[in-house]
Amino acid sequence: MSILVDERTRVLVQGATGRQGSFHTEQAIAYGTQVVGGVTPGRGGERHLDRPLFDTVREAVAETGADASVIYVPAAFAPDAILEAADAGIRVIACITEGIPVLDMLHVKEALRGQSVYLIGPNCPGVITPDACKIGIMPGHIHRRGRIGIVSRSGTLTYEAVKQTTDAGLGQSTCVGIGGDPIQGVSFVDCLAHFEADPETEGVVMVGEIGGSAEEEAAAYVREHMSKPVVAYIAGVTAPAGKRMGHAGAIISGGRGSAEDKFAALEAAGVATVRSPTEIGARIQALVSG
Amino acid sequence: MNLHEFQAKHLFAGEGIPIPRGYVASSSAEAREAAERLGGEAWVVKAQVHAGGRGHAGGVRVLQDPEAIERYADALLGERLVTHQTDGRGQPVRAVLVEEGVTIHRELYLGALVDRASQRVVFMASDAGGVDIEAVAAAEPERIHTASVHPAAGLQPYQCRQLGFALGLDKAHMGELTRVMQGLYRLFLARDLSLVEVNPLIVTGEGRLLALDAKVTVDDNAVGVGRQAEIQDMRDLSQEEETEVRAAEHGLNYITLDGNIGCMVNGAGLAMATMDVIKLHGGAPANFLDVGGGTDAERVAEAFKIILSSPAVAGILVNIFGGIVRCDMIAEGIVAAVKEIGVEVPVVVRLEGTNVEQGKQILADSGLDVIPADDLADAAGRIVAAVGQRGEPEGSRSRA
Repeated sequence: MSILVDERTRVLVQGATGRQGSFHTEQAIAYGTQVVGGVTPGRGGERHLDRPLFDTVREAVAETGADASVIYVPAAFAPDAILEAADAGIRVIACITEGIPVLDMLHVKEALRGQSVYLIGPNCPGVITPDACKIGIMPGHIHRRGRIGIVSRSGTLTYEAVKQTTDAGLGQSTCVGIGGDPIQGVSFVDCLAHFEADPETEGVVMVGEIGGSAEEEAAAYVREHMSKPVVAYIAGVTAPAGKRMGHAGAIISGGRGSAEDKFAALEAAGVATVRSPTEIGARIQALVSG
Repeated sequence: MNLHEFQAKHLFAGEGIPIPRGYVASSSAEAREAAERLGGEAWVVKAQVHAGGRGHAGGVRVLQDPEAIERYADALLGERLVTHQTDGRGQPVRAVLVEEGVTIHRELYLGALVDRASQRVVFMASDAGGVDIEAVAAAEPERIHTASVHPAAGLQPYQCRQLGFALGLDKAHMGELTRVMQGLYRLFLARDLSLVEVNPLIVTGEGRLLALDAKVTVDDNAVGVGRQAEIQDMRDLSQEEETEVRAAEHGLNYITLDGNIGCMVNGAGLAMATMDVIKLHGGAPANFLDVGGGTDAERVAEAFKIILSSPAVAGILVNIFGGIVRCDMIAEGIVAAVKEIGVEVPVVVRLEGTNVEQGKQILADSGLDVIPADDLADAAGRIVAAVGQRGEPEGSRSRA
């Protein structure tokens, strides 16, 4: 088992013919992901990377039976791409694109309300179930199929947690990068719920950062609903208030969203926190084998 | 992206939100002329900088005499204003806003922002206007009233009335407040705002509502996708940190901090984590710097130059989790940059990911004084030790 995606997931690539889309689609195919086609309006009927191209997602779903999509289209067009995928019945949509205007995402989220769609991102590395399905830009080779679920707001910092759990011999069930934007698809809480229900997942690593209150909501969820051990790290203890640390969502504003507040909320909920990301692997290992 | 008060008020006026009559001036003579053109007996002169707290910092004054206005504008223009929201250097004053004096009966607060938790645009209002609203929210949260806007239905008149009555306004003001709020909401959507604040929104002696101050923040992503060309033209680079602007031109995300250890990292989360680990090892980061995903040799070189433009930097930690980017390429970039720029401070490099062994070999073979590290903890320990050994107090080094 795993969460969200597995070896049966049939993946469509929106924006497959662009530079970034092509590169990462090649990587995904090499990893063994079932990439069933690409969507580039106006290029339907052609082939790219030995996969069929379609003009619309609806057509692509009808022809290929795709149930997941990954979006590499530019920020100005990504909201449209998300809604097109949802409208065509795609179940898991990973939007890698960064720089989408926040009001666009606000309207996208409203439009998706009530639909059974998992939007991952935007501005995220994507989702991977090792040895089965890689949807996104993460380096496949650092992953190893195993027992730990990883959910993170960050990209390269996620890889840090992945590598440590791989080196510790634990491996990962699924890794979800939920993205660094203020308005995003699946949350920490959504992923924690899935990991709690997944028999393959024995423990969860959660990587948060400053800004917003998603980590505090996750803490409340863990306290009420999680039986599996959770290790959390929050980046940005040294970040000054009022400065946006790269991610649009990573800003301490109005005295809220500091790393210390988040650590305190998580610790009060019984989450094992680490103050250095270098301790993630050892800490989760101690908890799942103890 | 932040706008000046006079720019925000220009946008307000476009939506029919009442503002005081006024003119912006970039010289003392213009300031005097503005007062004479406005007429009346009292004027308000306000320094135009991207920072709050101007009043307490001496950047706002009520004056009764055009000559005094000229003198005051002369004293402000070309100088830097330090407020509790700026750094120690302050923000340069390149323009002042001269407005007609108004009588204030009541000071209220009205604002709107994108609320992450509810994923809605939320209006906030308080009867405690004209003061630091964050302090009010912390000390007396019951004085902050909110209204959450449904994205499809839009802002409803009942929501405006709810806030209006909560502020203690009477029925006669409800139509006016509703027009102000609906104007702000139209502006919010049309200009891709992430924040708008009217602090204070006043009730004048004559019983009218008036936006006495205006603060607007525009979503950078909306500017980035190119749909806010007019707003983009309003950008005042003099209000932004020079190094940060230069970094952005090269696709680098850079923020100056107080310490002496320069950081170069790929990924925002990892960059923050690297800063944190340096601190855990007793050091202090000089900057946040995310070189981005598709790092190449040129970007690495530019990142070194930007980091070293701060005289406080006594050592550099490079932390690259290669992922799909190959470590040997990064290593070559580092070697080329260090040679080209002539880096004189210790450099600790931690590489991880594809072709990491070749990358380390390239660094080792370069003959440069680059200290390799095995992991992030090791790297932080080494750079803190290397900077400590230099035994120089922070900021004392001079650079040719």
